[in-house]
Parts: sequence; C-alpha cells; structure tokens
Amino acid sequence: MQDFGDAFGLAFALVLARDGDLMEIIGLSLRVSLCAMLVSSAIALPFGALVAISRFSGRGAVIVLMNALMGLPPVVVGLLVYLLLSNAGPLGSLGLLYTPSAMIIAQSILITPIIAALARQVIEDLHVEYAEQFRSLCVPVRTAIGALLWDARYSLLTVALAGFGRAIAEVGAVIIVGGNINHLTRVMTTAIALETSKGDLALALALGMVLLAIALVVNAGVMALRSTATRVAYA
Amino acid sequence: MLSASHPLHATAGTGQARERTKAGGGAMEALLPGEVHDLSLEVQGKRLIDGVNLRITGGQITVVMGPNGAGKSLLLRLLHGLIAPTTGDISWAGRQLTEAVRSRQAMVFQRPVLLRRSVAANVDFVLKLRGIGSAERRDGILEHARLSESANQPARLLSGGEQQRLALARALAMEPGVLFLDEPTASLDPASTLLIEEMVRTAHGRGTKIIFVTHDIGQARRLADEVVFLHRGQVQEHTSAEEFFAAPNSDAARDYLAGRILL
Ligand SMILES: Nc1ncnc2c1ncn2[C@@H]1O[C@H](COP(=O)(O)OP(=O)(O)O)[C@@H](O)[C@H]1O
Ligand SMILES: [Mg+2]
Repeated sequence: MQDFGDAFGLAFALVLARDGDLMEIIGLSLRVSLCAMLVSSAIALPFGALVAISRFSGRGAVIVLMNALMGLPPVVVGLLVYLLLSNAGPLGSLGLLYTPSAMIIAQSILITPIIAALARQVIEDLHVEYAEQFRSLCVPVRTAIGALLWDARYSLLTVALAGFGRAIAEVGAVIIVGGNINHLTRVMTTAIALETSKGDLALALALGMVLLAIALVVNAGVMALRSTATRVAYA
Repeated sequence: MLSASHPLHATAGTGQARERTKAGGGAMEALLPGEVHDLSLEVQGKRLIDGVNLRITGGQITVVMGPNGAGKSLLLRLLHGLIAPTTGDISWAGRQLTEAVRSRQAMVFQRPVLLRRSVAANVDFVLKLRGIGSAERRDGILEHARLSESANQPARLLSGGEQQRLALARALAMEPGVLFLDEPTASLDPASTLLIEEMVRTAHGRGTKIIFVTHDIGQARRLADEVVFLHRGQVQEHTSAEEFFAAPNSDAARDYLAGRILL
C-alpha cells in the first residue's frame, strides 16, 4: 500500500505530464457526458416547458413523478439499459452494449428527469410573469414555449450543467452498460473504482483531482453566467 | 376642446387620422360596437362584476373610472377575453370573443410585462407574431415611442416611463382595433404620463378605439370623450365627459369627484 503523500505526488506528475491513458479517459468522460447532456436537454427542455405552461388533469402527478425520478439510482438505470441492449433484449440487435453509445443512453436517461424537473420550475416562474401578456397577444403555444426557452436560456444552461455534473460523476450506470473496457469504455469514475480496487492510488487520485477540477470549472461557469445574466437584466 | 388642452394633439392627431383612413383603417368597423349584456363575475360567492350593460362605440376615447376595487381591471379583462364571465355575454361587432376577435385587440397593463430581451426584440416579437416584421417598421415604432436610443438595451433596464412606452408601442405595433389600457400611468411621473397620453391620443387619431382605465381625475379630464363610472362592480354612469364632470348623476360619482373616499 502506497503512502498517501506519494500517491498525491504521482497523481500531480501524471496530470502535469498529460499522461496518454489519463487524457484518453478524461476525453471519453467528457464526450459521453456532454453528449448525454445534449440528448437530455433536447428532450427535457421542451418537455419541461410544456408541463410548465399547460394545465391538464394528472399534471400534479407528472410533476411528482419528474421530481421523484430525479433521484433515480444510477445502477438501476444501468440495469434497465443493460436489459434493453443485451443480446436477448429488445434492442440487442443494435450491438450497442459495452460501447460509448450505451453509456450515453444510460446517462441521458439518468439526467433527463433532472433537467426536465428543474427546467419546469424555471420556466413556470417565467411563465407566471408572461402568461397574461401572452394570452393578450394570442401567442400560440409553440411560440410561447420557444419564447420561454429563449428568455430563460441562462437559467436553463445552468440546469443543463447541473445535469452534466450528475452525469460525469456517476459510476453505477456506465460500469454496467460500458463494462469499463480499457481504451474503449473506460471513463474517469469507472477507472477510479478499478484503480482503487487494484491499489493504484496515484492514477485514481489523479483522475479524482481532474473530476473535482471539472466540477469546480462547471460551477464557476454557472456562477459567472448567473451574474452576467443578472447584470444585463435578462435573468 | 381636447386638442386645445394638449398642443401636441392638434398637429400629430389630425394628419395621422387621414393617413390611417387612406391605409384602410378597417379596424373600427371590424370590432365595433362592443356590446355587453348582463355581465357578472362571481368569485367564491363574491359578486365582483354585477350586471353590467355597456355599448361601446367608436370615435371617442372611453375612460373607465372608479375607486380602487370597483372592478375596473376585471371589467377590462372580461372585455378582452382574458377571463370568462360567470353570466352574461360580450360581443364585438356581433362576434363572440374568439381568438380572431381577441387578436385584433391589445392591452397595456399597469405593470408592463416586457420580455427579457432588448427593447427592439420586444417589438420584433409582436411584429413577427402578426407576420408583419421588418426592421424599418420596428425602427419607426421605436422612434414614435422615443426609444430609438435604447433600441439595443435590455428592456428591463429602462426607466418606468420608458418601459410603459415600450409596452404601449408594442401593443400599437399590432395595429389593434381596440386598445385597452389599465392604469398605465399609475406609477409614472407627470412627464412620462403626458408622453403616454400623447401616444394614446395619436393612436386614437389613427382610428384605434381607446378604452382607458384610470383613477386619476385630472387624466380623465385630459383624455376622456366619454366616461364609464364603475362602483362596486356596477356601471353607475355612462355619459359624455362634459356631462360627467359638470353634473354627475349618481351619488357615488359625485362623492368620487369631490375626493370623498368610497367604500
Ligand atoms: N382573482 C380574484 N379573485 C378574487 N377577488 C378578486 C380577484 N381579482 C380581483 N378581485 C377583487 O375584485 C375587486 C375588483 O378588483 P379590480 O378589478 O382589480 O379593481 P380595480 O377597480 O381597482 O381595478 C376587488 O375587490 C378585488 O379584491
Ligand atoms: Mg385595477
């Protein structure tokens, strides 16, 4: 068992040297989670907006469900996607299991409820403000949704980034559907789990540091965005 | 008499009135008269609008007056179809408040609701909605509202008066046949108030039917051709402005004009 300080030193060295394996793992993590964020946003933002501005029976139940699904356990999502994509599953013929695509699908499912639920709240707040004016102007529903999404874009970007943060930090889903295959489906979280269990704390720590740095950068970005939006009175 | 009381009106109003007729100001014919029969609104057992009958014709600025809580805002919302009455009916030129009718009307609220966009984009939004968007048209509208300088600023950074001018300009951009204004100057300073009144008069001169709610007696005197006086959800008077201010018929209106508070 290595000494903690040694591991830390090695980790820094790896990061500074832009170690090839390390870069590959980081690159794949970013690619998978960014794709998941885009896919989820494309589905969840319009859906959240639609729920925010419509009144239908069962709306309360839909909102409760969306909020409940925010806490979806990653391993359960992984298991479901595994069942879908495995050879015996309905989508088995696509041959997606143990590929980055499978990981994108799993992470998308994981964060779609998060983005939808948060977006619903953001858009509903704005809609309270706009509703009567829109009604007066006879704004069609589709135009209203477009306008709400556009005018809430700064807040919605922070919502999407929250989804990204959740996706890149989860391990349960990607390890099941990706399989943590070296040079193919190994991402930061699965690598950390593996290297830790092997006792290679340096690589695990290095990856952990990068993961933390990404979290910091994303949050700083969110804050900068918020303050810009407030300053120009768009928020 | 009205033109004389406002120097800007005489020049701006008449010229544009002619222009409008030429451009085919079919708006008035299409929507007027507005007719209201036995209109009532009850919310949780409270009768907020109580048996209102009204006939709204073109050619005059109609000012709706009454103390706070009289139901002025509710009446306007009913007339514009923003809320549905409990009983009674409303028609514009014999037609119910369908989307087609409602889209020919516009409303300016007491607190302007501006999109979180630039001043110009706020106007573009409605122009595009009506399928009449063009940069020249938008620039003309901003010019008219004296907002050209702030075209690219976020709308919400405007002063209160500028925000309300933008809301009014945006409403007028739709070239409505009927324009409702719900105490648009209630929180503005006198100079901003006069600018709004000038824009309203110009719109009137162009053939838009104006229905203006105010509790400011001075403003009513400046603007009104006819007055609808509302009290406790009922129309107490509906007469010419001259008659209303000279010799109000109802006790409620007399008390109101004398500055005695009504409950
Ligand atoms: N949504 C509502 N629910 C219940 N009461 C309302 C509602 N809106 C207005 N009222 C009441 O109706 C009365 C008339 O309101 P309003 O039309 O806003 O008066 P005003 O003449 O000052 O514009 C007031 O007593 C107000 O409290
Ligand atoms: Mg009111």
